Amino acid sequence: MGETMSEKILSKHAGQKLKAGQLAQIPVDLVLANDITAPISLREFKRLGVEKVFDPEKVVLVPDHFAPNKDIKSAEQCKQMREFARSQELAHYFEVGRMGIEHALLPEQGLVRPGEVVVGADSHTCTYGALGAFATGMGSTDIAVAMATGQIWMKVPQTIKFVYKGRLPKWVGGKDLILHTIGDIGVEGALYMAMEFTGEAVGQLSVDGRLTMSNMAIEAGGKAGLFNVDDKTVQYLKGRTDQPYTIYRSDPDAAYARVIEYDVTKLEPQVAFPHLPSNARPLSQVGQVPIDQAVIGSCTNGRLEDLEVAAMLLNGRQVARDVRCIIIPATQQIYLQAVRNGWAEIFVQAGAVLSTPTCGPCLGGHMGILAAGERCVSTTNRNFVGRMGHPQSEVYLAGPAVAAASAVLGRIGGPDEL
Amino acid sequence: MKLKGRVWKYGDNVDTDAIIPARYLNMSTAAELAEHCMEDIDLSFVQEVKPGDIVVGGNNFGCGSSREHAPLALKGAQVSCVVAKSFARIFFRNAINIGLPILECPAAVDGTQAGQTLEVELETGTIRNVDTGAVFHAEAFPPFMLDLIRAGGLVEYTKEQLKERK
Repeated sequence: MGETMSEKILSKHAGQKLKAGQLAQIPVDLVLANDITAPISLREFKRLGVEKVFDPEKVVLVPDHFAPNKDIKSAEQCKQMREFARSQELAHYFEVGRMGIEHALLPEQGLVRPGEVVVGADSHTCTYGALGAFATGMGSTDIAVAMATGQIWMKVPQTIKFVYKGRLPKWVGGKDLILHTIGDIGVEGALYMAMEFTGEAVGQLSVDGRLTMSNMAIEAGGKAGLFNVDDKTVQYLKGRTDQPYTIYRSDPDAAYARVIEYDVTKLEPQVAFPHLPSNARPLSQVGQVPIDQAVIGSCTNGRLEDLEVAAMLLNGRQVARDVRCIIIPATQQIYLQAVRNGWAEIFVQAGAVLSTPTCGPCLGGHMGILAAGERCVSTTNRNFVGRMGHPQSEVYLAGPAVAAASAVLGRIGGPDEL
Repeated sequence: MKLKGRVWKYGDNVDTDAIIPARYLNMSTAAELAEHCMEDIDLSFVQEVKPGDIVVGGNNFGCGSSREHAPLALKGAQVSCVVAKSFARIFFRNAINIGLPILECPAAVDGTQAGQTLEVELETGTIRNVDTGAVFHAEAFPPFMLDLIRAGGLVEYTKEQLKERK
């Protein structure tokens, strides 16, 4: 019986042949934490009684969640993290001004490569699977131990293989594929499992679109969300990293827990209704849903391609009078590119807000909190009760095309209605 | 160790934003977080929870964010144990790592009502509903995880390992 990508990557790292279901200590290539998870990690790191992190090149800290500091307590947390980064002489601490949303920033900076194992104190660490890495989110204590020892215990996951057949229709992207998938298998449909995304349709996706899909593997309970490395991946990595990397592929006779096929030919843009990402509906079945806010950004959809779609749709149009449209480039580089491409002007002319990179509203932190009874269409990843503010507010998840079109329409709708 | 407490019962997919809303993640101690535990889905929890109480949930308990603040908030509220049909992966790890006892037992969840009293024996995974007399058996932990639990969490376990290496 052959092996899955996940089995191969974890076996290689552990230096022993591992099969799904086995527990093992896995050496890691990169360890990540942010301004809300790092404070607990640093406390536990101190309790371990270890002086130095295992490798100052391999521990990454990013103040992205409540930064630029939203209040005094957040400022204290960021300060704690900054001081730790300085005293440990970490190579990859990203200060505000160079900071971006971690899961957009690390791939952009070439810090993640195919075949690597990455663990982060953030559930969306699974994003890097789009580059053929085994990446998974953990809690702060796990990450403290990984920072100190360079390894962590893991259970080798079983894998569900997803095959997306056919050509992607216009305005249907990675977000729509993953929302449709989560809508089908449910928020625990891939619990404890790796998801492998394959097929002609995902081959058409850019690396940005793939990062969006891997990002939301956790929303199905998944441990990782992996793509095969292809020419697009190799092109993406060129100029970002000069480190060698190994490409792993699942064997044709690998043992999958399930294989699920979708024909995407007639797939519509998807909208996930409150309060679970699995409440996905095709756009034609959304009905009349007036909105108060539209957010385009986050580790899910704040990348260049997402902003390009928004710029295309907002160009020469106006955000509806009763809507606040908040656009958040995920990194400084994306922000700069948006300025250079003239998109920044389009956004501001359209009456949208263009924010500095931050996770901000996605988790109800700052930069667009909802009041009771308010409704937001958002390119973010979760629509749980109270996720973006008041427990009686509502978040509808969608891709950038639907979010931008909705901002203009004042209700949830698609680009074809503009 | 025997735990006994009154039951707070919730449904499927209790997410970590429900257990501790993200707006409180500018704090990180169990005591601070406990003051806001469950408040977006159940305002009475913080007001009425008593030391030793047991939280019972459905499938996929603790789904969503990786925030360790969630099990910390429950621990801070002096919840003695969480019994659920299944746990989200990261919450499961976090709970074990910080020493919050958790048990997977669908039958016990179906056989328990809010306000009833459960008696839990962690070593054997035996759960007894004091009100109805029904007895349930939870999934056993794999040996490695039992070592973690016995050591008192991942930090203590790792400290022992580091000492042995020296």
